[in-house]
Amino acid sequence: MLEIVDIDAGYGGTKVLHGVSIPGSANIVAVLGHNGAGKTTLLRATIGLIRPTRGTVRFDGEDVTHLAPNRRVQRGMAYVAQGQQSFEQLTTLENLQLVADGRRNGRAKIAEMLERFPALAEFATRKAGLLSGGQRQQLAIARALITEPKLLILDEPTEGIQPTIVAEIEQTIIGLAEGGLSVLLVEQHIGFALEAAEHYVVLASGRVAQEGTGGTAAMGSVRAAMAI
Amino acid sequence: MDELLPPLLNGTALGALLLLAALGLTLTFGQMGVINMAHGEFIMAGAFVAYVTQQVIPSSDLSIPLALPLAFVVAGFLGLLLEVTIIQWMYRRPLDTLLATVGVALILQQAALQIFPAQGVPVEKPSWLDGQIDVLGYEWPLRQVFTIVLAAACVAALAAWLKYSSFGRRIRATVQNRDLAETSGVATRSVDRITFFVGSGLAGVAGVAASLIGGTNSQMGVQYIIPAFLVVVAGGIGQIAGTVIAALAVGIAMTFFAYWTSGSLAQVLAFVLVVIFLQIRPQGLFTVRTRGLA
Ligand SMILES: Nc1ncnc2c1ncn2[C@@H]1O[C@H](COP(=O)(O)OP(=O)(O)OP(=O)(O)O)[C@@H](O)[C@H]1O
Ligand SMILES: [Mg+2]
Repeated sequence: MLEIVDIDAGYGGTKVLHGVSIPGSANIVAVLGHNGAGKTTLLRATIGLIRPTRGTVRFDGEDVTHLAPNRRVQRGMAYVAQGQQSFEQLTTLENLQLVADGRRNGRAKIAEMLERFPALAEFATRKAGLLSGGQRQQLAIARALITEPKLLILDEPTEGIQPTIVAEIEQTIIGLAEGGLSVLLVEQHIGFALEAAEHYVVLASGRVAQEGTGGTAAMGSVRAAMAI
Repeated sequence: MDELLPPLLNGTALGALLLLAALGLTLTFGQMGVINMAHGEFIMAGAFVAYVTQQVIPSSDLSIPLALPLAFVVAGFLGLLLEVTIIQWMYRRPLDTLLATVGVALILQQAALQIFPAQGVPVEKPSWLDGQIDVLGYEWPLRQVFTIVLAAACVAALAAWLKYSSFGRRIRATVQNRDLAETSGVATRSVDRITFFVGSGLAGVAGVAASLIGGTNSQMGVQYIIPAFLVVVAGGIGQIAGTVIAALAVGIAMTFFAYWTSGSLAQVLAFVLVVIFLQIRPQGLFTVRTRGLA
């Protein structure tokens, strides 16, 4: 679904990613690495918030390297940013409507999300800025799912969230992946990431330090790579 | 009471005119953060649209209602043109935007001078605006009532559009978090353009109202631009309710001052008051609250 070929990307003059690739063969890819390794930067380049200075991003057989993010969303990418972002001045419901607007089955998708995430139904008319972090993360995932994506890009979806809800979010992700959705996942929780992933990439200083097939068996080599 | 009523009513009408002039700025300045000094000339453009419409359709009974949507579209397209050619390259550089749009304002004034007589042109008011209504013994000119009704209609339409329409949601989302809006599938560049179109179009509507009250000439935009910005800032930038209150307060204050002193001194006094108010409450009348700010 997603293939990244040898991209360089960064901010202004500073290059952060150096020749990073992700093979197109795996449907569930985990990106691991220390703080500042370039994980978020890689995801931002994937969704199009920053343009790579070199290399290509290919999605569903199409070169999307030069498409604006909203175009990539139209084609089936969805992005859940790091840090539980939402439109704080919009109500929970408006947050969902924003992405549902103009979709044939928009209303049905909103109803489906309110059912999947009961907390969102409970606080539907509350401003999203007043939701708790975990609720806002559920809202962010719900917004992404309303677009019925082919690829879900998740940047540390369980960061700063209480363990019981973490398990819920992890279950949601695994369920979606089993339902045929491709996932590009950044996750500090290595155990879960490897368990879910078909392929993993360890970034260090913006370079691929290690990669391989997912599964908990890879734990040892990942830990070794991250210790460097 | 007999003394206070006329300035109160006249002041409300003046406030309504100010409000019309400022309403578009709640979008272009309030929502998008653009200091568009050519907004006053978009008002002027609207006034000239009223004049030109009257030349084509001599019946002012018909031409004025027709001029309102026309002025909206003409001023809207001027704004769109400005956004596409200049402002879009300067979104993060307010000073450059200010200087560039002052230049555009001067060009538009010069263009108006080339096309229309220097002393200005008359816009005839429709016959249905002749006359007065009796308010507690005061003969209130219908022309003033019209300005108030028009302002109220524009405010209601804008507020409803922002709050309830899907496009309004997209504007609010884009303003709050552009990257998140983009990655939620919102084409933020078209949102920018349409927001600018509507904000500028409202200036055109204000121009039609202004043409019925003051003169229509190449300099008329100048007298509106500063008051309009002040009213938006005092209202709490981007807050429509605040802008309404601020505009009415300034209009009424100005009229009372004019009653007691001279007209130009009244304007100065009113704006000194606004500036003092902003010293005490820099965020304006209304502010937005979130968990993050609380
Ligand atoms: N907007 C920005 N402008 C300039 N440099 C940035 C910007 N965002 C990130 N960086 C730099 O890019 C590098 C990689 O940052 P990135 O956010 O991709 O790391 P990360 O792997 O996601 O880290 P974390 O685990 O803390 O989220 C860091 O050195 C960071 O300082
Ligand atoms: Mg990160």
